[in-house]
Amino acid sequence: MSTVNRETPRPTAGRAGIKKELPDHFKDYRHIWVFIELERGQVHPVSFELLGEGRKLADKLEVQLAGVVLGPPGEAIGDAIAEAFAYGADLVYIVEAPLFADYRNEPFTKAMTDLVATHKPEILLLGATTLGRDLAGSVATTLQTGLTADCTELDVDADGSLAATRPTFGGSLLCTIYTLNYRPQMATVRPRVMPMPQRADKPVGRVIQHKVSITEDEIVTKVLSFLPDSQSAMANLAYADVVVAGGLGLGAAENLQLVKNLARAIGAEHGCSRPLVQKGWVSPDRQIGQTGKTIRPKLYIAAGISGAIQHRVGVEGADLIVAINTDPNAPIFDFAHLGIVTDAIRFLPALTEAFTRRLSPHSRDKLAS
Amino acid sequence: MHIVICIKQVPDSAQIRVHPVTNTIMRQGVPTIINPYDLFALEEALRLRDAYGGEVTVLSMGPPMAEDSLRKALGYGADRAVLLTDRYFAGSDTLATSFALSQAIAKIGETFGAPDIVFTGKQTIDGDTAQVGPGIAKRLGLLQLTYVAKIASIDLAAREIKVERRCEGGTQMLKSRLPCLITMLEGTNEIRRGSLEDALCAARSRVLKWSAADAGIEDLTRCGLRGSPTVVKRVFAPAARAEKAVQLDTAEKTLRDIADHTIAAIFTRQPALEQELASNSGA
Repeated sequence: MSTVNRETPRPTAGRAGIKKELPDHFKDYRHIWVFIELERGQVHPVSFELLGEGRKLADKLEVQLAGVVLGPPGEAIGDAIAEAFAYGADLVYIVEAPLFADYRNEPFTKAMTDLVATHKPEILLLGATTLGRDLAGSVATTLQTGLTADCTELDVDADGSLAATRPTFGGSLLCTIYTLNYRPQMATVRPRVMPMPQRADKPVGRVIQHKVSITEDEIVTKVLSFLPDSQSAMANLAYADVVVAGGLGLGAAENLQLVKNLARAIGAEHGCSRPLVQKGWVSPDRQIGQTGKTIRPKLYIAAGISGAIQHRVGVEGADLIVAINTDPNAPIFDFAHLGIVTDAIRFLPALTEAFTRRLSPHSRDKLAS
Repeated sequence: MHIVICIKQVPDSAQIRVHPVTNTIMRQGVPTIINPYDLFALEEALRLRDAYGGEVTVLSMGPPMAEDSLRKALGYGADRAVLLTDRYFAGSDTLATSFALSQAIAKIGETFGAPDIVFTGKQTIDGDTAQVGPGIAKRLGLLQLTYVAKIASIDLAAREIKVERRCEGGTQMLKSRLPCLITMLEGTNEIRRGSLEDALCAARSRVLKWSAADAGIEDLTRCGLRGSPTVVKRVFAPAARAEKAVQLDTAEKTLRDIADHTIAAIFTRQPALEQELASNSGA
């Protein structure tokens, strides 16, 4: 395997922001790649969301969209390839070896950097998951290229450069970042930030096998065991269709139970705003917002959450936002669809009771008759 | 053992205001703090030192005023503080930052002994990239252990470390080797109250201030704006949503009535939801 830790000539101009002068050795970098995150037999849905974005960019640039799958031999890698095509890839690169069964930084970084050096994509997109962030940082450093984390918008400008927009300072500002003179242009996007594209059954197209000469003996870090989250602790908040969350307006840690009761009554996941995690009332897995999870549910009920910008960034994709807050001027009413100015602590039990009444089979029979 | 922990001084984001006209961060009067995520790494470093012996060196890159954060870290009980400060570092993105920090860590290693573990926080609250830790690991050839929830054991003689790493849908128990770089997950410990002795010691200690040259950096084109492949082209405020929330009438109504109205309003806007919620709640 070639070492990719090469030195790239740097522009002599001090202000990199002014001119684009792509060095000659980067000029043959073409096409868009999406890293397909396959772990323990499952493709992370963020990979499909990225294929949706990648498709749009590829069409604008009139280049191809490729999925990149690293995984152990078996059924799962075949499924991942088929899904990549179903979600819009034109071709798929695969690196297949048993040592990719569990994610580890060393072999994944080696395989990714080797693939990039061989096939030269101009844009490389990864999900901003624990895996994607671990890998993207290593790959970008090895390749000495730019990496923009947690993008909320991806576009290409007139000269074909990737314009990656991301929130900064907790969502107070957005900035658009370019990697002008280095390739590939790398970006990560958090799960649920981009919409899930339409899936279409398509025949499996061109699959390019890439061999990486790396053996298990060369990898220092070993996975001794994997403990899956228990069902109850598994907060699959990001992908829930209905979410109920509480904020400081709940007043006390024990009032979180009111949020959980409503969530249980309507089959929702529960979450919270950042201050509750900082107070230690709720585990970080349940935090919704810029530094927590981004959600896109059909219904989001926010109880006692004021709606700081960093919370707003994480919930704006919801179809319907219902906000309960005592303060009629709370910023959450600026982006919620429905507002109820009342005390969440008193209102939540009433809402839970009303939902239970409305949704019970008995009352539904009455409605039907 | 020798542990290096990287911290960053950041503006307290809860108090950040954006200038309405120029769209720039108004830093004036905003208090600065140690990046909260870094405190979990600092506490873990101090605990390891207390258990295994050795020293903790705190490293930060930033303007001269970042000395405040390093002094605070000394107050928690760190043994030594290095501030990497030089105008050549201005405008660094994550690649340039990890270059400068890795050079400084190499210099710290030469001067005070090679580190067994380098710690960083999970990410910062101002940049939120989580890229600098992996960048340092790659440049120094350290094994990279991110999102570590727990250090299960360290065998200094065998140079072996076992950690629990948080990943998607579960936790990996990993066995790796020293030296390594660990990014520590939040909520995994609680920063200690520094002892009086540490406070006195912090007041007496000198924070070492290193320029790029002091850190042994020869190639200044790899620092700051020039060493940063990414370029911020545009900064702007998020667009406000055109219409505000429709507020339900709550005057002179019972909670029960308001609740029924709320539900009716939800199902009017999203008719398909009723069936879905009913089948969810039926379980």
